[in-house]
Amino acid sequence: MLTLHCPYCGVHCDETELAPGGEAHLTRHGPGSDDADFESYLFLRENPRGVHFERWRHAYGCGKWFHAARCTVTLEVFGTYPAQTTAPMQAILDIIDEKRPGWRWRDVT
Amino acid sequence: MRRFSAFAIAREAVRHHSGWEKHWRSPEPKKRYDAIIIGAGGHGLATAYYLGKNHGITNLAVIEKGWLGGGNTGRNTTIIRSNYLQDASAAIYEKARSLYETMSQDLNYNVMFSPRGVMMLAQTQAELRGYQRTEAANRLQGVPTRMIPPEEVKKLVPIIRLDGPRYPVLGALWQERAGTARHDAVAWGYARACSDMGHDILQQTEVTGIRREGGKVVGVDTSRGAIDCARLGIVVAGHSGALADMAGFRLPIESVALQALVSEPIKPIMDVVVMANTVHGYMSQSDKGEMVIGGGADGYNNYTQRGSFHHIEETVRALIETFPMLSRLKMLRQWGGIVDMTGDRSPIISKTPVDGVFINCGWGTGGFKAIPGSGWAMAELMAEGASPLAAEFGLERFREGRFIDESVAAGVAH
Repeated sequence: MLTLHCPYCGVHCDETELAPGGEAHLTRHGPGSDDADFESYLFLRENPRGVHFERWRHAYGCGKWFHAARCTVTLEVFGTYPAQTTAPMQAILDIIDEKRPGWRWRDVT
Repeated sequence: MRRFSAFAIAREAVRHHSGWEKHWRSPEPKKRYDAIIIGAGGHGLATAYYLGKNHGITNLAVIEKGWLGGGNTGRNTTIIRSNYLQDASAAIYEKARSLYETMSQDLNYNVMFSPRGVMMLAQTQAELRGYQRTEAANRLQGVPTRMIPPEEVKKLVPIIRLDGPRYPVLGALWQERAGTARHDAVAWGYARACSDMGHDILQQTEVTGIRREGGKVVGVDTSRGAIDCARLGIVVAGHSGALADMAGFRLPIESVALQALVSEPIKPIMDVVVMANTVHGYMSQSDKGEMVIGGGADGYNNYTQRGSFHHIEETVRALIETFPMLSRLKMLRQWGGIVDMTGDRSPIISKTPVDGVFINCGWGTGGFKAIPGSGWAMAELMAEGASPLAAEFGLERFREGRFIDESVAAGVAH
C-alpha cells in the first residue's frame, strides 16, 4: 500500500485517500502551438521504470494538489512537495541522487 | 518436430512416455538475424510465427528477458471476445478471435479454446444504451453479438442476482462465439511452432541497448552479447517505454498494474464468461473449477507486478452483490501484471521514428484476446511495410487526432 505525506495538511495519507494525477511538470501548450507540442503535452509520457515525478490530489483530505517523487519499481517515496513549482525541489533531487545514482527523468538529473 | 496426435499418445503409452521431445530448442545466439523480436510473450511469438508462416522470414530470433509467456500472457484472465465499438478494433479483434478457433489445428497444440460465450452486463441505464450502440456497431461490422434481456441472463447464469439494489442487471451484450483459451498453451504452442520453423528463441537474454547508424537500426546489445539485425520488432507490453527510450523516442503510454485473482476450485457453477464493467469485475470458471476474477488497475505508474490491495476489495465487494454465493468462497491467489495504457485505450502497431524499428504495444488491459490478430498484423507490417489491419493503429494518430476511442466503449475491464 502506497503512503504519501501531504505537504499541506502534514498527514501521511493512505493511497485510498488520494487521487493520482499523472506525470508532473508537463509544459502546457495552448492555442497557436503546433501538433508536436500538443502531442507532447497531451499524450507523450516518460513512463520510467524507476524515478518518477507525479501529481497527486489529497482528495479525501484537504483537497489540494501536490507533487511526489517516487520509484515506480519499489514504490519508495523520495519526498513530496507543493504544487506551486515547475520543477522538482533541490532537496528532493539530492535525496534521489543519493539513493539512485545515475538516475534521469526527462531533462532532470 | 514430432506431431502431437492420438497415434502419438498411443505410441508413447506403450513406450513409457520416453519419446516426447522438448517443445522448443534453446540455441546460442547467432551473430546476425534478418529480424529480431524483443519479447517472447504471446504477441511477440505470434509475430515471429506469422513472419515465418505468412512471409517466409525464418532467420529470426525472439529475445526474452525472463522466460517465455511469463509476463502478461501468463497473468491474464484468458478472455477472448471481439465486441468492440470502433471498426478498426472490431476488424483486428475479430481476426484474432477467428484465428483462435483454428489455432489448435494450425499449431498442432491444444490451446483449449472454449467458445463458451461472453456476457457483458449492463448495470446502469447509461451502460445499457452503450451496449445497444455496440450491438448496432457490431452488426455493421459483421461481428455477431446481441442484447439479451435479464431473464435470458438468469437462464445462462443461474447464480446471478438480477435485482441487486446497487447494481441491478438490466440486460447484457452477449457474444456467443467468444470465450476463453489456455493462456500458457498459446505461448507454448507458438513457441514450439516457431522453433520448428527455425526461429531461435533466446530466453534469459535481456536487451540492454538498441544500436543505430544514421537513423537506422543495425542491432541490439544484450546480456549475451551484441546481435545484428536489419529489422527489429519491440513487443514488450508494460516495458515498452524502457525499450523506446533505448531506441530514442517517446511513447504515448503509461504503465500501471492490473490485478487478477482466483478462488479455490469448486464444482461447475458458471459455464460462460461474465463481465461487469460498472463494478470493475469480470469472472469465468476455469477447467480446474477456480473462479478466475479480473480486477481493477492502479491509477498511477507502477512496475511492481503486484497492485494495490484496495482494488481487490472493491472488485470482490461489488462482485458478491451480483453473485451472492461467492461470499462463501476463499480466494486462493492474487497477482498483478504491468499493462501499457494508451490515451484512447487502443493499441499501437506502428513504424517508429527509427528506420527498421517497429513497435507493437498499448494493448492495455485486453491484450490476450488479440494475440493472433496482433501477430498477424505486426508480421505483415514488418515484412511488407504496411498492413490493412494495423493501418489505423499508427503512432501518428496521437499527433493527428485520429483516435480509436475504446475507453468509452470498454470502461475499465477491457
